[in-house]
Amino acid sequence: MFGYCEDPATLDGLVWLSCYLTTGKHMSIYWAVGTVLLLLAITAPAALAFGFAGASAARSTLAPLRWIGKTYIAVVRGIPDIAFFLFFVIALDQAFEYVRHKIKCPDWQEPIRQGNDFVVCSAAKLPLGNAPQWVHETYGFFLAVLTFAIVFGAFAANVLFGAMRAVPKGQLETAEAYGMNRRQTFWRVLVPQMWVYALPGLSNLWMVLIKATPLLFLLGVEDIVYWARELGGAKQPQFTDYPHPDWRMWYFLALLVFYLAFTKVSEVVLDRIMAKLTHGQATAAGERQRKAAA
Amino acid sequence: MRNLILSTAALALLGGMAFADGHAVVRMGTEGAYPPYNFLNDDGEVDGFERELGDELCARAELTCEWVTNEWDSIIPNLVSGNYDVIIAGMSITDERDEVIDFSQNYTQPDPSAYLAMSDDVDLENGVIAAQTGTIQAAHIASTGATLLEFATPDETIAAVKAGEADAVLADKAYLTPIAEADGELIMLGQQELIGGGVGLGLRESDGELREAFDAAITSMKEDGSLNELIAKWGVGEQF
Repeated sequence: MFGYCEDPATLDGLVWLSCYLTTGKHMSIYWAVGTVLLLLAITAPAALAFGFAGASAARSTLAPLRWIGKTYIAVVRGIPDIAFFLFFVIALDQAFEYVRHKIKCPDWQEPIRQGNDFVVCSAAKLPLGNAPQWVHETYGFFLAVLTFAIVFGAFAANVLFGAMRAVPKGQLETAEAYGMNRRQTFWRVLVPQMWVYALPGLSNLWMVLIKATPLLFLLGVEDIVYWARELGGAKQPQFTDYPHPDWRMWYFLALLVFYLAFTKVSEVVLDRIMAKLTHGQATAAGERQRKAAA
Repeated sequence: MRNLILSTAALALLGGMAFADGHAVVRMGTEGAYPPYNFLNDDGEVDGFERELGDELCARAELTCEWVTNEWDSIIPNLVSGNYDVIIAGMSITDERDEVIDFSQNYTQPDPSAYLAMSDDVDLENGVIAAQTGTIQAAHIASTGATLLEFATPDETIAAVKAGEADAVLADKAYLTPIAEADGELIMLGQQELIGGGVGLGLRESDGELREAFDAAITSMKEDGSLNELIAKWGVGEQF
């Protein structure tokens, strides 16, 4: 990166370190930090959307919809994350390819399952076999987002389901007394008030989601833990300009600081949101706020 | 609507023609953590014996190749489900693997596996021996009286020996030699194990044409001696 990095063997101390930390390989770990943050930024609202849909379905008056909602919550919450991540993503990918295969290559004669191989025509491949690597990586990333959203959506659905029931019945009855129909009561009274009950559970989920990002590696996305292990491993002088012994401890220490700092910032932000949501609510905390202001 | 169907059909037809050869781009899957066979260099790119070999094979077979890395554990499942087309990751040809995937002819001679330990007097018969999961070395130790300690990456097997968790590590000699040279504390033991039938490319069983193309390229590299040059340069065992 810097001009003086031509021959790292002659450097030492901070100068060496400045070269070492800016190699192309180290750029990958900095990128991976961005990947993790991006994943969280997309997954959190997506999971919330899944959760909201699941919770709404689970308390629907329509029986089939209710069954779908309850089954989703029960099944996904019950399956171990790792099993879900290992099985579901491959199944999802193959399902996409199977559907594309049926549409794009109706004349295909050979079976799709040939022994252990899963063979679809090359036009049905996702992404296409000749697509550049970044397309493959983006596709993998979005499969990961989808999987995370489904898993965490089930937990969020359960939290929201509980929160919807926690809204005082008096509020809903009052809404009815004002002549609101079911839909209006749901959107105008129930939903705005449920968040204060949902937030403690949702903030828990957010913390777990932050810590679950290393599962990305199971999905083939090279995340920060993968790079920390790869960069920290002992390097021999034949294969690198920056030979070093096993430094994984330092890399993992840096990860620890990163995750701790990140969760701390999250806590502060979530506390503020909680204070805002509590405002004017008929809860103990809301009552305290009112008294303090008065 | 009718237009849509027609143009879709036309596209599908065109698509079918463009991909008639099956492989517009051949994706080469490797581990990237097993020097000198394959590793990530300082720029974060795949490098090593298999990088040079793979590029040369692709040039000879007139294929456009792209390199991707995948962890060792799931390297075979991801091949058969079509995430890449070739495994080029120092994978020894064994009967067990041959049941699931196909192999090209071998491009290295069978490389003896060696032990690396902190001291000379390790009990290889009954001690704790580290090896990477899913390797021929792990299978070998499992068949002896020694206790097998498995790790996901080769790097961790070495770390386990240095931490005293394992008495020794069994791995390809070509992998252990540079480590023994660089690290004064580790010594290569005299005993070696002759396991494995050389390293080959792994391909899907349904991908016969691609395998023939690579086989022909390997043969031509064996004949003109360029494979031997590469083997000597990277120190991956005996020449052909």
